[in-house]
Amino acid sequence: MSKYVIENQEKCEFLVHRSAFTSQEILEKEREEIFSKCWLFIGHETEIPKKGDFKRKKVGGRNLLFTRGSDDVIRVLYNSCPHRGALVCREDEGNTRVFRCFYHAWSFKNDGELVGMPGKDGFADDFNCDGAKNMKQVERLESYRGLMFVNFDENAVSLEEYLGNAKEYIDLVADQSELGMEALNDPQEYSVRANWKLIGENSVDLYHGMPTHKTYFDIKMEQDANAKNVKLEGIGKDLGNGHAVMEYTSPWGRPVARWTPAWDEEDKKEIDEIKQKLVERFGEERADRIANYNRNILIFPNLVINDIMAITLRTYYPVEPGYMEVTGYSLAPVGESEKSRLMRNENFLEFLGPGGFASPDDNEALELCQEGYLNNTGVEWNDISKGMNRMNNGEQPHATDEEQMRSFWRQWNKIISKDVKEKEEALV
Amino acid sequence: MTKTRAEIEAFLYHENELLDEWKLEEWAALFTDTGSYLIPPLKNPTANPATSLFYVHDDRKRLEDRAKRLLKKEAHVEYPHSKTLRNISNVRIKSQEDNKIVVRCNFTTYRTKRDVIDTFIGVQDYHLIVENDALKIQEKKVTLQLDSLRPHGKISLIL
Repeated sequence: MSKYVIENQEKCEFLVHRSAFTSQEILEKEREEIFSKCWLFIGHETEIPKKGDFKRKKVGGRNLLFTRGSDDVIRVLYNSCPHRGALVCREDEGNTRVFRCFYHAWSFKNDGELVGMPGKDGFADDFNCDGAKNMKQVERLESYRGLMFVNFDENAVSLEEYLGNAKEYIDLVADQSELGMEALNDPQEYSVRANWKLIGENSVDLYHGMPTHKTYFDIKMEQDANAKNVKLEGIGKDLGNGHAVMEYTSPWGRPVARWTPAWDEEDKKEIDEIKQKLVERFGEERADRIANYNRNILIFPNLVINDIMAITLRTYYPVEPGYMEVTGYSLAPVGESEKSRLMRNENFLEFLGPGGFASPDDNEALELCQEGYLNNTGVEWNDISKGMNRMNNGEQPHATDEEQMRSFWRQWNKIISKDVKEKEEALV
Repeated sequence: MTKTRAEIEAFLYHENELLDEWKLEEWAALFTDTGSYLIPPLKNPTANPATSLFYVHDDRKRLEDRAKRLLKKEAHVEYPHSKTLRNISNVRIKSQEDNKIVVRCNFTTYRTKRDVIDTFIGVQDYHLIVENDALKIQEKKVTLQLDSLRPHGKISLIL
């Protein structure tokens, strides 16, 4: 197998080989080429607001500490003792000046510097004079509008360059409050018994919206008789570098700043005020775009920003080809009223949460795909061609088309097939 | 009108039996008109739903929607229905005053579907009301004793 992705513009056909979801060999390659070289979301800066705050995170298959030092600098440390390797910090979160490994009681300042170890006389006088025994910092840490990303490759391009055209869409989310955005505590940590790439596809797939989530829409229609007049429709876009977005209208309410009859009439006033503030800051057109349009943004490889009935930052990592760990954060405007925050939280848990009326059905769909891939030897290819005919006619792909997924797969294929290509070129 | 421990336990067993038998509308009818059903964040069980994100925060209407939804074929995650088994134990009657009873119990809920067993464990806090001599649920709060929802991946059942 030299090719996992086949794109034939003329035939309007885009195929992905199903071994991409099941092969251990491909997962190994992904760990090497994607999860060790791409920019990976670690968290939002507001998760560690105070000096000494820290959160334990698993990113790219590594155990990391997301910390704010006593010097107010945010760092990411490998959570592993330079002495014998044990996890230094066992708490999921907290505030501390010192991390101490319990195994041999080596102590580190919250910036990672080794500051104490028992039996010092057994070590050379110049032990750690080069800092090699400090807790190691992750190679790269950069942020964009409060979103923090790590990269384990020192030679990676800058985060801003990496995000490229996706920045425009992150801005539409980050601009929702003049006081900035914050991540709520207690992210939802769940899983799906399916390949990690399936949740990225699913997150920018409006085509599945109605059939998979009919029960959610039934409830919305019941709350608002006019809901059926607002269709799920809009555009899909390849943003380059594997990033993609769909931007569309929907029948649900958005705490910023689209009221729905399902909410109290008195809440309308507050929503109108939020909208008015947006108009003052950005003008009518951009304010309308921020307030009334939904965006599902896929940042290659594994960050999804759903700015829909609430905002989720969702990351997901493969543990096995058929099992991923998901972390979903809720992002909300700083200074939002308690009433608005409650509406946002209700919207979130109803659709986006793992105990809601929608996400569990997505989870089921992805698990059924994974099960279906048992038939790989007989039925080998996924079809992701919806909307290619439109593009051939020079039209903008719809949000219910699959251009967003093709964007991801083009980048994935470029990375994963790199040495296959090099070998082929060498033969010519 | 005081309720005996046996009557309170029988009510809780009945509730769990309804859920195991997928009689979900009958389950919803156990709640008072202003009743609620809650699952707070795992690491923050005393959180305020206005400031923290819950897994479930259902008023009477939404818990009824939840029950109705799960009986539809389009609630894909539970179609065909998974098999479930609920056990409750360590029932503690915390207080009984006027018509209000506060009860806490431990629970284990097993769900099996497609050859996988998911186990949910935790504590349930009930605020019960005696209405016309019958018990009704004013609030059911489920505190999961799990450090994450891995590997379950979801809470597709009513716990």
